[in-house]
Amino acid sequence: MNDMTFVERTVDTRQTKIAAKNVQVYYGETHAIKDVNVEIEDKTVTAFIGPSGCGKSTFLRCLNRMNDTIDICRVQGDILLDGEDIYDKRVDPVQLRAKVGMVFQKPNPFPKSIYDNVAYGPRIHGLAKNKAELDEIVEKSLRRGAIWDEVKDRLDAPGTGLSGGQQQRLCIARAVATEPEVLLMDEPCSALDPIATAQVEELIDDLRQRYSVVIVTHSMQQAARVSQKTAFFHLGNLVEFGETGQIFTNPEDPRTESYITGRIG
Amino acid sequence: MTDHSQSPDTQPSKHAGSLLSPSPGTIKRNRAEARFKGYGIAAIAVGLLMLLVLVFTIVSKGVGAYTQTFITLDVELLESKLDKKGNRNLDDIKKVTTFGYAPLIKNAFATKLEELGLETDLKAKDQAKIVSKSAAAQLREYVIANPDMIGKTVTFKFLTNSRVDGYMKGRVSRESIAKDKSISVAQLDFVDQLVAAGVIKKTFNLDFILGADASDQRPEAAGMGVSMVGSLFMMLVVLALALPIGVAASIYLEEFAPQNWLTDIIEVNISNLAAVPSIVFGILGLAVFINYMHLPTSAPLVGGLVLTLMTLPTIIISTRASLKSVPPSIRDAALGVGASKMQSVFHHVLPLAAPGILTGTIIGLAQALGETAPLLLIGMVGFIASNAPDSLSSGLLSPNSAMPAQIYEWAKRADPAFYERAWGGIIILLVFLVTMNTVAVILRRRFERRW
Repeated sequence: MNDMTFVERTVDTRQTKIAAKNVQVYYGETHAIKDVNVEIEDKTVTAFIGPSGCGKSTFLRCLNRMNDTIDICRVQGDILLDGEDIYDKRVDPVQLRAKVGMVFQKPNPFPKSIYDNVAYGPRIHGLAKNKAELDEIVEKSLRRGAIWDEVKDRLDAPGTGLSGGQQQRLCIARAVATEPEVLLMDEPCSALDPIATAQVEELIDDLRQRYSVVIVTHSMQQAARVSQKTAFFHLGNLVEFGETGQIFTNPEDPRTESYITGRIG
Repeated sequence: MTDHSQSPDTQPSKHAGSLLSPSPGTIKRNRAEARFKGYGIAAIAVGLLMLLVLVFTIVSKGVGAYTQTFITLDVELLESKLDKKGNRNLDDIKKVTTFGYAPLIKNAFATKLEELGLETDLKAKDQAKIVSKSAAAQLREYVIANPDMIGKTVTFKFLTNSRVDGYMKGRVSRESIAKDKSISVAQLDFVDQLVAAGVIKKTFNLDFILGADASDQRPEAAGMGVSMVGSLFMMLVVLALALPIGVAASIYLEEFAPQNWLTDIIEVNISNLAAVPSIVFGILGLAVFINYMHLPTSAPLVGGLVLTLMTLPTIIISTRASLKSVPPSIRDAALGVGASKMQSVFHHVLPLAAPGILTGTIIGLAQALGETAPLLLIGMVGFIASNAPDSLSSGLLSPNSAMPAQIYEWAKRADPAFYERAWGGIIILLVFLVTMNTVAVILRRRFERRW
């Protein structure tokens, strides 16, 4: 672990954006997430790490109710976004997902033009009154996605024609376009090469200025590079949650230590 | 440490021997592979041969239906026969039946022979018999449409009798008519004279494609046109009902319906319905649409409804398959930016599945177009010599036939001239089916997206 460099981070007491209390998730009979309590702060990158199948992606998908699309999935416990229970009966998951955007493991641009990819969210949410406003949103989002300079001359080209890294940044721009407050990223770099990964990581660090970012990653180096807070999941349990620097240098739980030193997982 | 010498590692490898000489196992394997390839090629060759034989038979037997023997005669429309009162009153002219027109044709033969300087022993009555029975009706229709022409001489192109047509096409010979009462050797000699003089000619017959069916006695006048219109109206009904219902049902089942025992049962039943013999749908249509709902018999509307029932499973299955082939990541992406389930389906999934849905629909329509059995039960088969319908409602509700039913009807009739028309009809049906399937393939190629 000596080759890891930690960025000096100022960790002050920030506002809690998402608070999960005693969350249990079941897939049919399988108890996938066991009693997870975690507080995700605003304007912070929080990384979820852990071996495959530990439930980190499942938990991430609970945060914007993407698990609703899976029939056999049941969620218990409370997940509060700004103090409001997102699993309350009155909450419309569609409205929630506009607030809590998501970027997926595999870049999945719509098979439409780059412009339409980004403009889709604002269009369905009615964020732009006219074409000029929409153009503005698209440009702003593509800039925040750090891809504007590469695609500004070919906004009509299909989004699927971009390279993998560009596609993923386009997906981030698309997620940003709906003005979310939280960005969930499910292993956003696992399908990318190291250069594209570096670009996306740089972007994630930028995004921290405006959003609360939650990133699931397999790569501990990546978690160490981009996150301020780290949660370590193991077999459906949240084993340890704390400052990234502390988790990687001085873990409290022996399981965390085993994982980051490569003995399990 | 002497045990090491007995360890499995030191045993001779099973792959011993040179790479340059194949081992017995490899030779056996390669031979099996070559044999399998041979079987495959043989199977394809047999299939292609059958296809060639089929196409060759259909074309060689059916192409004759597209030409027809015509006789050109100058008919003097005698006032004394057609309008005795001479006042050109249409009601009086209509009182003259087709029998009243027969003498005009006889006279026309006499003038023609005189003009050409031909001589024959044939009686006038027998001369006129080489013309189709529809000739008098053709004359009468012309006179009723143009009463001013009475008293003048007009040139007409009449169909010849189907025996004469058969003679011209080589189907009828002097030997084969030994027991045939409708034509004699003397008449054939007369035909030869007229052919030499250029009065009788074999030309392309557009009426076979556009015309209506004709009675047993006049195979030379029968055409596919009206049954084509019947098929067209049925396809309109099928398209208007099966496409929206089928697509809506598939979208619900594929995207919205919960996975439980009920949807499982529905799914199994749809698959089973696709395999139900079409005649079962025919009897269902008879019971429900005609006996219970009292919709008119033989109407393309009923035929369309029955074929809709038959086509729905095909459309639902193919639509579900194409919805399934849209990657779930697209749905995730739409949901992830806050689209509702319906938005994600209609904005993203459906457009991507559209080529597949269209292909399935066209294949389903093509299937329905060629279906005969259910039409037997709702009375769309039989002698239906209606004219082409003049409006949408009459097209849907007045009795009509359909292309395959018309072909079946002709094949069933005794006169060999109808047999030739049945083959000719099959060519038209096949052209339609091949065209539709080609369109389906082009659509799929053109709009299919790859990820």
